[in-house]
Amino acid sequence: MNDIVEGMLSAFRLIFSLDRDLFEIILLSLQVTLTAVIIASIIGMPMGAWLAVNRFKFRRFTIAILNALMGLPPVVVGLIVYIMLSRSGPFGVLNLLFTPTAMVIAQVIIITPLIASISHQAIRDLWADYHDLLISLNTTKRQRILTLIKDARRSLLTGSLAGFGRAIGEVGAIMIVGGNIDHLTRVLTTAIALETGKGEFAFALALGFILIALAIIVNLAIHTISKTERASNW
Amino acid sequence: MTLTMRILSTLSIVLIASQANAAEMKLAVTTSFNNSGLSDILLPEIKKDLGLDVQMLVVGTGQALKLGRAGDVDAILVHSKKAEEEFISQGYGTHRREIMYNDFVIIGPSSDPAKILGSNTVISAFEKIATKQHLFVSRGDDSGTHRKELSLWKAANQDLEKLDASWYRAAGAGMGATLNTASGINAYIMSDRASWLKFGNKGDLKLLFSGDPALFNQYAYLPVNPQKHSHVKIKLAEKLEAWLISEKTQKLIGKYTINGEVLFTPNAKTKVN
Repeated sequence: MNDIVEGMLSAFRLIFSLDRDLFEIILLSLQVTLTAVIIASIIGMPMGAWLAVNRFKFRRFTIAILNALMGLPPVVVGLIVYIMLSRSGPFGVLNLLFTPTAMVIAQVIIITPLIASISHQAIRDLWADYHDLLISLNTTKRQRILTLIKDARRSLLTGSLAGFGRAIGEVGAIMIVGGNIDHLTRVLTTAIALETGKGEFAFALALGFILIALAIIVNLAIHTISKTERASNW
Repeated sequence: MTLTMRILSTLSIVLIASQANAAEMKLAVTTSFNNSGLSDILLPEIKKDLGLDVQMLVVGTGQALKLGRAGDVDAILVHSKKAEEEFISQGYGTHRREIMYNDFVIIGPSSDPAKILGSNTVISAFEKIATKQHLFVSRGDDSGTHRKELSLWKAANQDLEKLDASWYRAAGAGMGATLNTASGINAYIMSDRASWLKFGNKGDLKLLFSGDPALFNQYAYLPVNPQKHSHVKIKLAEKLEAWLISEKTQKLIGKYTINGEVLFTPNAKTKVN
């Protein structure tokens, strides 16, 4: 129990001491995760919309697979990305292993199914409402998908935030492909794992509280920017 | 698809470009070396003397050798002589250079239920733990420390296949995580001295046995063979090796202490094996 109190206290101390290493770690966490969320959203949202709008043979099967992939074990994703990017692997020449880019790639793979699946569910409901209208306006598939994405933006934002939540707290995959290298690929979660390994529970917890605070700040900031959850805008 | 590809490639170019400033190399080291804190002393000195950024990957010896085999690092610093010699004989490393040694210690509950305090040898201490069947936590992760521990059990006439999980718990984790486990269930454990001294969650555990030469732990530096992986930075790896065995560095290693205890004994030889 003492560790938790001590952890909270040292979290405050850490933040107010403006420790340079700490900010480097926080910035890299944000940089990697936000990049991954943006890329995964660009891939996942149209994919979800496309699945909602189109009827094809293996649709049900595809959706089932997509939903199952939401539970992809990060360690396995990390291992596969590692093998791909390893010098002995097919993409070894790119020299991407143990870089932030490798971490972004792993996180994109982990959260794209999540974002695509949530997008699909949101847009499927909206498509039921818009179906007759969009068909009668003789819209192209592209136009339909874009309209649906635009009007479902609130629910899609939830999908992206869920993706952010999964990515910012992820440690298994980025530990393998990033390597937790000091000043290069160390992020909050891998630093927490490292400090726990040293038995420095209070410090690890302090980093944990900072991670939670960071997630809250990012969520609040995005809600503020996108003006959701306001009385005039329900 | 094309858009995302473009974003991905731009991103990677930006990220790669931002790294290419100084001379840098990747070195896989073992957890015990990193936990000791010696790396925090050496890395800034390397930067100062050689202008070289050493990016450390902290892993177990098994994984370090694997990274070297795949060509994902330029050199490795590990401690498991047998595995290292195999690495060299298979052609993955150019040579094996001994740098320094530290030692393992046996940790256990302060009440010492198996009465290993005052044992003459580590083998007899292990025999006492096995007879008493008191809880013992093993790394169980194929690391250098794990292999060492297994060789000691073997020397203590224990059948490795029959080490019973009722008292012998293989954690499958790094040194720190395994020490946490031992601290949590009040078990015996073999740890390297540095990790133990730096460990922050000792609980009821105490150092009970050390000093047997059988517990000495030799560290060696192995550059990855450029004939296997032409991209490895062999020049930088050799530069670092020369620095590690220089008189100045060897003195620096010997002077490093935690709580007044010397951790590493430098023993680099000019001859390689």
